[in-house]
Amino acid sequence: MTEATVPPRSRSRVWRKLRRSPAALAGLLIVGFFVALAVLAPVLPIADPLATSWTAIRKPPSDIYLLGSDDIGRDVLSRMIWGAQASLMAGVISVAIALFTGVPLGLVAGYFGGWVDIIISRFTDALLAMPFLIMAIALAAFLGPSLTNAMIAIGLSAMPVFIRLTRGQVLAVKTEDYVEGARSVGLGHIDIMSRYILPNIVPPLIVQATLTVATAIIAEASLSFLGLGQQAPAPSWGSMLNVAKNFLTQAPWMAIWPGAAIFLVVIGFNLLGDGLRDALDPREH
Amino acid sequence: MPIYILKRILGALPTLLIVSVLVFLLQKLLPGDPVLALAGEERDPATLALLREQYHLNDPLVTQYFRWLGGVLTGDFGISLRTNQPVLELIGQKLPVTLQLAAMSMIFAMLIGIPAGIIAAVKKNTLLDWIANIVALSGLSIPNFWLGIMLILLVSVNLGWLPASGYESPLVDFWLSIKTMLMPAFVLGTGLAATLMRHTRSAMLGVMSADYIRTARAKGLSTSEVVLTHSFRNALLPIITLSALLFGELLAGAVLTEQIFTIPGFGKLIVDAVFNRDYAVVQGVVLCTAVGFLLMNLIADVLSVIMNPRMRSAL
Repeated sequence: MTEATVPPRSRSRVWRKLRRSPAALAGLLIVGFFVALAVLAPVLPIADPLATSWTAIRKPPSDIYLLGSDDIGRDVLSRMIWGAQASLMAGVISVAIALFTGVPLGLVAGYFGGWVDIIISRFTDALLAMPFLIMAIALAAFLGPSLTNAMIAIGLSAMPVFIRLTRGQVLAVKTEDYVEGARSVGLGHIDIMSRYILPNIVPPLIVQATLTVATAIIAEASLSFLGLGQQAPAPSWGSMLNVAKNFLTQAPWMAIWPGAAIFLVVIGFNLLGDGLRDALDPREH
Repeated sequence: MPIYILKRILGALPTLLIVSVLVFLLQKLLPGDPVLALAGEERDPATLALLREQYHLNDPLVTQYFRWLGGVLTGDFGISLRTNQPVLELIGQKLPVTLQLAAMSMIFAMLIGIPAGIIAAVKKNTLLDWIANIVALSGLSIPNFWLGIMLILLVSVNLGWLPASGYESPLVDFWLSIKTMLMPAFVLGTGLAATLMRHTRSAMLGVMSADYIRTARAKGLSTSEVVLTHSFRNALLPIITLSALLFGELLAGAVLTEQIFTIPGFGKLIVDAVFNRDYAVVQGVVLCTAVGFLLMNLIADVLSVIMNPRMRSAL
């Protein structure tokens, strides 16, 4: 029996569809640009993001400070580029936490059904009843303010969506012939779940994960804005905005750029997610 | 119908019970000794032991939970460490402010999102549809706290049209209250308007390809009659259900909006409580939000049944 995974031809078809969608391509380019900035931050010829200068407090954009300087004379451009690391890392790691906790629970609930499903589903309903941001704020508050704890809080808050999505997909897939076949040749539950069910529910999970990265980036920025995420002096877009709101009249550039960066990267992930949804939806083929 | 509502309420009870367990455990299972927060600067072991005894923290976890739940059921959510006020009283003071903000945001979102969704569906694949989709995507992607800051910069600082912060009760000065809430409501309603636009468009597109719409067109009805009388009426059901569900989300979104515009509401209460390590208030707010969310779910379900004759007859 061959394993029922997405065949290479199907993968290239997805890529072809994605390439033909200008919106998805724009999303990919935006995300790629910010990923490149984040990765290349240590080698780019930019100022030290933590270096303060008492002679350069709140300087407007100029040849020396392309995007201006902040309230203690740090280069805004440099902090923006290093801030991309924190934001993207928070987005990706939070979603990874949500996937690694949510998908196994959803798999088990959908596959075994019965009491296991009832308990997991009720637990998911309860988590979904607590709004995402309030849950993340409460968790970040109890865990203590730091970027790591913010990522854990966001990941756990995003988990129920993945439990529900995975469970729904498993229910649709587990009655397929190839799963029945795997069961009839005596394969164990873990083998069936990992080799026959999981590979076939990956596409909707990829789409949801991409869209959740966008939500997680906004959530991290929100927590940092409230002082519950990245702590000073390390740069992050949310914490930059938190400081900037106190100098709106004197130094508006401090607020404009970090917010614009969050907006752009989130729109990039949303465009990419929408494009992936269209490319991976079998009804579109 | 009353039996259906009763069944739905009973169905929500187990979820509510799990929510209460999670909210209770939120404080118990995570690091940090609540007694240290209660004692403040005091670190004397005898005082700490006394506080532990006084707050029944030496009891088994299950006993503590049921004592806490019993209190919650009788309206005793505990006392705020910072203000010494009962948590329920604090929530009662702040909730109306947030409800006003949420209601104004919802009105704004419906006024923008629903007509935009109808136009995008009727003019599918035209420039108008394209523009509406781009605006909706931007609305979904823009961080509302940044939008708030930018609006303060433009509308309050540069143009001086609206106050940048503050709150006035509508019972004291109605127009000033509306004026101070306009910008926050716009900020909070933007993402909502975008979601409503997308759902209205998709619901309208679904309805417009139905046979009875083709029949209505074949009967010679004008486009506006077909759209408003036949298509929109039938697309309204998922839109109303979604609006009820989004109202719960608004309470969460209000956290940042209230922080930016210094509105003394529910959202500001939780943020202040978080920074003051006022756990009873955090627990109370999370529990109330969850109950509010489940209530809106229930209202959405009941509205669906009331508005859909086929679902009504199936009861």
